[in-house]
Amino acid sequence: MYRTHILVCGGTGCHSNNSGKIREAFEEQIKAKGLEKDVCVVGTGCFGLCAVGPIIIIYPEGAFYSCVKVEDVPEIIEEHIVKGRLVERLLYHEKALGNKAVHSLAETNFYKKQTRVALHNCGVINPEKIDEYIARDGYQAVIKCLTEYEPQQIIDIVSASGLRGRGGAGFPTGRKWQFAKNQVNDTKYVCCNADEGDPGAFMDRSVLEGDPHAVLEAMTIAGYAIGSHQGYIYVRAEYPIAVERLKIAIAQSREYGLLGDDILGTGFSFDIEIKLGSGAFVCGEETALMTSIEGHRGEPRPRPPFPAVKGLFGKPTILNNVETYANITQIILKGAEWFASMGTEKSKGTKIFALGGKITNTGLVEIPMGTTLREIIEDIGGGCPNGKKFKAAQTGGPSGGCIPAEHLDIPIDYDNLISIGSMMGSGGMIVMDEDNCMVDIAKFFLEFTVDESCGKCTPCRIGNRRLLEYLEKITTGKATMQDLDDMEQLCYYIKNNSLCGLGQTAPNPVLSTLRYFRDEYEAHIKERRCPAHVCKQLIQYKITDACKGCSACSRKCPVGAISGEIKKKFDIDQNKCIKCGQCIATCRFGAIIKE
Amino acid sequence: MKKSIADIMAIRQSMQSEIILRDNVDAEKEIHIIVGMGTCGIEAGAREVFNAMVDYVEEHDLKGIRVTRTGCMGDCADEPMIEVHVPGKEHEVYKKVTAKKAVEIIKKLAK
Repeated sequence: MYRTHILVCGGTGCHSNNSGKIREAFEEQIKAKGLEKDVCVVGTGCFGLCAVGPIIIIYPEGAFYSCVKVEDVPEIIEEHIVKGRLVERLLYHEKALGNKAVHSLAETNFYKKQTRVALHNCGVINPEKIDEYIARDGYQAVIKCLTEYEPQQIIDIVSASGLRGRGGAGFPTGRKWQFAKNQVNDTKYVCCNADEGDPGAFMDRSVLEGDPHAVLEAMTIAGYAIGSHQGYIYVRAEYPIAVERLKIAIAQSREYGLLGDDILGTGFSFDIEIKLGSGAFVCGEETALMTSIEGHRGEPRPRPPFPAVKGLFGKPTILNNVETYANITQIILKGAEWFASMGTEKSKGTKIFALGGKITNTGLVEIPMGTTLREIIEDIGGGCPNGKKFKAAQTGGPSGGCIPAEHLDIPIDYDNLISIGSMMGSGGMIVMDEDNCMVDIAKFFLEFTVDESCGKCTPCRIGNRRLLEYLEKITTGKATMQDLDDMEQLCYYIKNNSLCGLGQTAPNPVLSTLRYFRDEYEAHIKERRCPAHVCKQLIQYKITDACKGCSACSRKCPVGAISGEIKKKFDIDQNKCIKCGQCIATCRFGAIIKE
Repeated sequence: MKKSIADIMAIRQSMQSEIILRDNVDAEKEIHIIVGMGTCGIEAGAREVFNAMVDYVEEHDLKGIRVTRTGCMGDCADEPMIEVHVPGKEHEVYKKVTAKKAVEIIKKLAK
């Protein structure tokens, strides 16, 4: 029996920071010390606090080591494992507590306010070992469903729980399943949307990497509930670790007879296949996703007929997102009332957000619905780094909108976010501070949707391109106030006339920034000025009187735009300056400013 | 090999004790036993004491008791020493603990 467990994060974030090598180093050195019978090394899924990865947790102490390097391994083994002393310098230091070392993960502010339902196994089990999943009540839900419940009872439980689709639109999951069940057909399909195209969101990847069996189990339950025998997981090929772990998980489940014919001797058969997508944003849209699984080019088609009636290969199909599935097993095991006890009136349970942008604790957080944005950003996320002022948070990725500081105290749920002009989306949350120009942000997101538009319908293909041109005019100081009005009108036209969700939501970043930051747009147009000093055409770099004449900036300038006499104030030639910002980074006296 | 429902239940039972160590028990409610494992402690047999206690906790699936290690407790002559923290009570220090005594202490705490 192992007396010490060393958990090494194997999520994509930590993996790309060499956590694989760290794990190997632990394994080798533990063996060299002859401790392999006492100490086990476990590769797990994401712990969530990606900002300080690679993360290592050692039980029974629960010691939480952050930013670990391969060179630190001998010290951890010698000090912690052999002598039992915590390696103080590698412990996570909480900024909010005056940089005090925190001993365990559970004690960090980042974790205290979280409620982990969909992520409950991530960072606890080894995702490549089915037995560890089973030990954490894995496959108990499917046993319960197959032996105790009629299909209709399962749908009733899911409906009563109030679970809504976590992919973005928030459609009630139980109702979706009911539609598919009501269809009379020999062949039905259960699909899982793991395309996760939203830049900045990575919760689905983390669930697949950290707890792949939870998705397989929930899809089997869904198959039993609606009367389907075949499932497909549509996952992007850009998620190699997730795909690998899914493959391992499917092979293990088949070996145990948890997938395939006659599951656990109950007579019910269900199998799952993986379909790789090549990472087109539009393939996250349900009809485009199914077209892509069928082997065609990923383009959406008009609805109705809805997928529940005529979906994959023309058969009744349900399509749910990874995070939605990850909630199902917990709902079956703990009951609909338990799930419904969390959250707000119309949005139950928890939601995972991927925190990114100008925030201290970049990472994954799972919070009950109804938590305020302020709690997520300030308490869990640790606020904006370097003491900058919070300006806005973008939720819902390129389809969502910006939430300004005045709405920080709004409880987060599907309906509240829509009422303030944003949306839940898949849960990406990008934080912006005073250094971000909102017009530039809107342009950034629109560039993404213009690239990703499939081109099938005109409003999206051409409308968004025109919209981007307006934004380019504004950020280069060439727009008029008439352009601003025309642009707003065009936004509504695109929203109302596009074929699928991509086009219908593409103007949202423009509309929401217009709603809350119209003054910034007007400053660009009327005063030819970018208040955040981001838009290059509208700013100038200037050297102030604080200049000591050290010539550091002029030596660094790539275009030779800075000249002057040593020990006297230098000057920037505006005609040559390319506004790269190198001079500001070089100056030790803060003598260069943007205007 | 294909498993039956009973097989899955058996796997669950046997694996649970293996990963119970990883449960994040609420620090304010759990009983915390700290074993002094400086050089002096290890020399006097603290490792055997620690191992015996961890094994006992795992074998009996005791939730809410956490056994951890620390460095030298200062009173090297009386090692192996353990410190027991029960929530809401004054903490207790035991000296010259053996593996046998340690198990007795845990048995008493688990009641």
